[in-house]
Amino acid sequence: MTTIMTQAHPYLSDVHLALRDQVLRFVQDQVIPVGEAWEDQGMVPRDIFRRMGALGLLGIRVPEIYGGAELDALASVVLAEALGHSTFGGFTASVLVDTDMATPHLTRYGSDAQKAAWLPSIVAGDTITAIAVSEPDAGSDVKSIRTRAVRQGDHWVLNGAKTFITNGVHGDLYIVAAKTALDGKASHGISMFMVEKGTPGFRVSRALKKMGWLSSDTAELVFEDCRIPVENLLGEENHGFYAIMDNFQNERLVMAAMAVGEATKAIQLTLDHLRQREAFGSALWTIHGIRQRLAKRAAETEAARQLVYHAAWLESQGLECIKEVSMAKAFCCEITQGVVYDCVQFHGGMGYMRESAIERMARDARVLTIGGGATEVMFEEVAKRL
Amino acid sequence: MKVAVCLKRVPDTTTKIVIGSDGKSIDENGVKFVPNPYDEYALEEAIALKERAGAGETVVYSLGGDSSQETIRTALAMGIDRGVLLQGAGSADGFEVAKTFAAELKGGGFDLVLFGKLAVDDYNMQVGPMTAELLGVPCITTVAHLTLANGAIEAEREIEGGIEVCTCSMPAVLTIDKGLNTPRLPSLKGIMAAKKKPLEVRPVHVGVGTLMVSSLTLPPERLAGRIVGEGPDAVPALVSLLRTEAKVL
Ligand SMILES: Cc1cc2nc3c(=O)[nH]c(=O)nc-3n(C[C@H](O)[C@H](O)[C@H](O)COP(=O)(O)OP(=O)(O)OC[C@H]3O[C@@H](n4cnc5c(N)ncnc54)[C@H](O)[C@@H]3O)c2cc1C
Repeated sequence: MTTIMTQAHPYLSDVHLALRDQVLRFVQDQVIPVGEAWEDQGMVPRDIFRRMGALGLLGIRVPEIYGGAELDALASVVLAEALGHSTFGGFTASVLVDTDMATPHLTRYGSDAQKAAWLPSIVAGDTITAIAVSEPDAGSDVKSIRTRAVRQGDHWVLNGAKTFITNGVHGDLYIVAAKTALDGKASHGISMFMVEKGTPGFRVSRALKKMGWLSSDTAELVFEDCRIPVENLLGEENHGFYAIMDNFQNERLVMAAMAVGEATKAIQLTLDHLRQREAFGSALWTIHGIRQRLAKRAAETEAARQLVYHAAWLESQGLECIKEVSMAKAFCCEITQGVVYDCVQFHGGMGYMRESAIERMARDARVLTIGGGATEVMFEEVAKRL
Repeated sequence: MKVAVCLKRVPDTTTKIVIGSDGKSIDENGVKFVPNPYDEYALEEAIALKERAGAGETVVYSLGGDSSQETIRTALAMGIDRGVLLQGAGSADGFEVAKTFAAELKGGGFDLVLFGKLAVDDYNMQVGPMTAELLGVPCITTVAHLTLANGAIEAEREIEGGIEVCTCSMPAVLTIDKGLNTPRLPSLKGIMAAKKKPLEVRPVHVGVGTLMVSSLTLPPERLAGRIVGEGPDAVPALVSLLRTEAKVL
């Protein structure tokens, strides 16, 4: 284990540090030895959610009355960073979509009845959640989604399609964005709905094959006259766009932290390799050019790490931080690309082989600059605030 | 059921050890410390015994500096009820450590006192049995299976080539082997609850004793392998090297 992951940090409390230790041990014991099989299956087993639930890891941000720990954004960042050390980006994504991207919609905007109905089973890992915003014709531009929800008596009727939805296949509860008003400002007419797996008119049209994140199930969803009860409207009608934007802060923090965890772990694996691999009579780690480049990558990773901690701290204090969170999302995910590129390079041929963790990590890392707010979109958010 | 567990803070076995400038201690800089892995089986057993009994108390004792508080908190997060830090420098002499523990445990009313079978840092295996002797209670070491019934203990020990079954009465001291159980990871609730559990700090003075560490050295680096030849022709050379160089035949 790297010493970085055992160091204290001025922003981290004893609980944060103990949480980090706990998650690192969990991934070491229960993810790393078996993750390869999940990659083959294209999804993580439900049981791993239940085991994480039993350890309290799925309810970090959920109020105590619903079985959660009610901790802050820094705790989410600690979780995401430590999960990043699992080397299985798909597993990490599957968990973080549940804990930090989908469920927060319910925690923040759900009514007491909705929270009481769902949060306990989400915290236990019995209910897996997904967030369905992106569509075939609307990704970065959330306002332009086309899925429609029309009120008919006691029901909302949903029509449309969603794509690239993580936990899309084995999800139980989908938080779905749909247009509820077509007049006025585009940002105004979006609402959020809770759709349960098995609701007539809702189906998973296909599981998507991906470059990486193989152990997470990414799906295309279809809604055809899907009728859901009015109680399943989440938050205020027509205010969904603002809820999505609010939630993006947390999503982006955990993606940045996950990237930093992965970069740190990739460097550690590479260092282990370089120390024992010999060429031209000595360990590769004695070669100046390699040492310098890996040291530079380590410095970038550490800088990225401090940025995401700082952004999370601002968020945890309730301070304005869209600029810092956007910077962190872009910077952490971008530097990770360079890190995994060099780590594959320094592994030599082994870095290109399916049997090495670094090969998977390099494939997994690629999506980090695209999903959850692409780098260009993040820098636009920064530019607007300079 | 009242159970005490004695817990030692040790360097993580995956940490790269550097010997300190005095040549007889390890340089603690950058070393990750963890609860002694065998003690974790003892902690798990204590928690599970109390859970099964439905009532009682579990107490963890650790001898060491302030940093051992963190190790005690880990035990509290797993589910131990309260902790006591015996604050002071330990001793290389297991007898001195045993005297310190025995003095604390005496009169504590414990049905069981559990230790790990050894601490992975010094491999001494002494403190548990010596503490039992000082407390005047029976001791079963390296327990790999445990049954309690009506104040009697039946314990299995994995010995060379078989299993030995021992019995004794309570109170008793047991030293725990791996395989007795699977230590639980602390849950997040446990971690948060641990902050509020009592952790008492009692300064102690541990005698120097009669046993000293005079020097520490790292094991020699493993030499590179060598290919002596191929096929049946290589066998004589191999056998001769195994005799003369490796001295395993
Ligand atoms: C593996 C995976 C899992 C995903 N999981 C989910 C999920 O669970 N739920 C969900 O709702 N979505 C999910 N997504 C979708 C993801 O959020 C989108 O892919 C992302 O928002 C980008 O949208 P897009 O793919 O439509 O790309 P586009 O929006 O078409 O962008 C294409 C390119 O144009 C650039 N671009 C776009 N707008 C601008 C601009 N204004 N200025 C500069 N450049 C710009 C982008 O940065 C990008 O480089 C997932 C995606 C992937 C790949």
